[in-house]
Amino acid sequence: MDDLFNSFMAGPDEDGRFGQFGGRFVSETLMPLILELQRQYEIAKDDPEFWAEMDALWADYVGRPSPMYRADRLTERLGGATIYMKRDELNHTGAHKINNVLGQILLARRMGKTRIIAETGAGQHGVATATVCAKFGLQCVVYMGATDVERQSPNVFRMKLLGAEVIPVTSGRGTLKDAMNDALRDWVTNVRETFYCIGTVAGPHPYPAMVRDFQSVIGKEAKAQLMEKEGRLPDTIIAAIGGGSNAMGLFFPFLDDREVRIIGVEAGGHGVDQKMEHCASLTGGRPGVLHGNRTYLLQDDDGQILEGHSISAGLDYPGIGPEHSWLHDVGRAEYVAITDKEALEAFQLCCETEGIIPALEPCHALAHVMKIAPGLPASHIICMNMCGRGDKDIFTVARAFGFDMDGPVGRDAG
Amino acid sequence: MGRIGERFAELEAEGRKAFVAYVMAGDPDFDRSLEVVRGLPAAGVDVIELGLPFTDPMADGPTIQLAGQRALAAGMTLKRTLALAREFRKGDRATPIVLMGYYNPIFSHGVDRFLRDAKAAGIDGLIVVDLPPEEDAELCLPALAQGIDFIRLATPTTDDARLPAVLRNTSGFVYYVSITGITGSAVAEAREVGPEVARIKAATDLPVVVGFGIRDPEAAKEIAGTADGCVVGSAIVARIADGEPAEDVLAYVAALAKGAHAA
Repeated sequence: MDDLFNSFMAGPDEDGRFGQFGGRFVSETLMPLILELQRQYEIAKDDPEFWAEMDALWADYVGRPSPMYRADRLTERLGGATIYMKRDELNHTGAHKINNVLGQILLARRMGKTRIIAETGAGQHGVATATVCAKFGLQCVVYMGATDVERQSPNVFRMKLLGAEVIPVTSGRGTLKDAMNDALRDWVTNVRETFYCIGTVAGPHPYPAMVRDFQSVIGKEAKAQLMEKEGRLPDTIIAAIGGGSNAMGLFFPFLDDREVRIIGVEAGGHGVDQKMEHCASLTGGRPGVLHGNRTYLLQDDDGQILEGHSISAGLDYPGIGPEHSWLHDVGRAEYVAITDKEALEAFQLCCETEGIIPALEPCHALAHVMKIAPGLPASHIICMNMCGRGDKDIFTVARAFGFDMDGPVGRDAG
Repeated sequence: MGRIGERFAELEAEGRKAFVAYVMAGDPDFDRSLEVVRGLPAAGVDVIELGLPFTDPMADGPTIQLAGQRALAAGMTLKRTLALAREFRKGDRATPIVLMGYYNPIFSHGVDRFLRDAKAAGIDGLIVVDLPPEEDAELCLPALAQGIDFIRLATPTTDDARLPAVLRNTSGFVYYVSITGITGSAVAEAREVGPEVARIKAATDLPVVVGFGIRDPEAAKEIAGTADGCVVGSAIVARIADGEPAEDVLAYVAALAKGAHAA
């Protein structure tokens, strides 16, 4: 019975807290909606019909379960641990984001909401939201930082094709944080008919728990697939973290399997020792309150929020989901940082050895795999979450590698 | 009774409505901001709402957001905001100051230390937008214990079932947000505000003042007439943004105050 009382999977408490983290730090206008959302989610969560609808859509629309792939050439190249990839980049829309969006949109439909708003960084959550809204005939408005609109233009066009209105946000530095501010402003203005579909395990309670629950399909599948392939659990699981939804989805079902080492990889940008040139909230931040929850934040001495930097738009956020902050403080998960340069090396290696063009976000996880795998025996199983595909990033990567995309096809600019 | 309670008691005795003016501390810089704040009481302002700059003001529209950015760019911090209040207090012991902002700078400063410093600076009340009653243990209860009023926002989405929870630990006055939305956006309609204020007044003995969406002296008069007073923020801040000298800003504030007091 001891284990029941010492579970890492019991949170959050009724106030939405994971230890000191989480909570409901929102304006009064939003508070009644958040309480109603929580009530409706509790009902849906216990309703087999809700999950039956989810399962059917996950199977036929998203393409779940996503494969569990043993990356043999990568394993061989690194010469150590056996490496598996959870292939969530093969989902419809190219990332893990749609797992959660389907859940929230089904909930919005149950609540009779007709207008969906979302924030997006890399554009993957925006595309997933626009996709599911198109499928169900719902109005969709996506807030996206103006900087991100520029560096993720293929996703902007995708959202428009899917019928969504994309609003570039120019306040602040025009990235994910600012997009979230403007989405909250929209919500506070259009409370009655609007559902705010948050893309990560952050925001006011119940969002961190709800998004985690929807993304946990990743970890549940991974567990079953590795049991089938290897007859046991992995030794180490690794995922990249911006807000932390793909990581929370992989980690959560493993939290009480204490023998499994859990590693979250933050975006180290140009290096965590360089002030403001990274997005590693846990490695380089301290607890604060933003966007409805208490969590580790990049902030200055006065409590003003700092703008981070990452080559990956999807990790470019000064905070992190509150449950990660808690797992960090209680020591159940480890958190490390990977630089832009290391992520780009992982990108190249993944393309060359496995024929998979990964998104820059999971490249951070892969880069850490590259660091630890060589020192481990072949009997050590690592499972990393390949949470997104790299189509959206080819322009960024081309720039970083000095390849002229506008020049004669196939010719190296450098 | 603190300065806020005393001020509303005076107003009631005189049969006048309260005029509350919001300015961002340190906008466009410390000295020019202090000049405006010092002039507010003579312009007819009954309660000063002093904005605490924050990088991510989620409940505010562009006008207040930009004011915060100007103040931060000019080196404003929580400490300097309290210093500005302290400077003002040297010349005015009667006008209540309510600090309005977001929780993170306060949390970062440390709640106990903040309350001590705020009290020493002559701050009388707090409006912290992202602290609903569900988070009262964070700052509201410690503030009340220190004798600093905690002024709560009630909104059009605060229904009858929820109203008692919103009013429970509220002191000083109740701030009714006239619209669902951000500061400086939609225009408040007196015919919609009136019944809402009546609903709140039926549930509390505290004064109710109305803010958000009041842009000119006529609206100030009309909205103040539905309640115990009104708040104007963005319309004043917009004049500071335009670079108007303090005397012109204060002349406009005086016109707004005249409107509210005519109600």
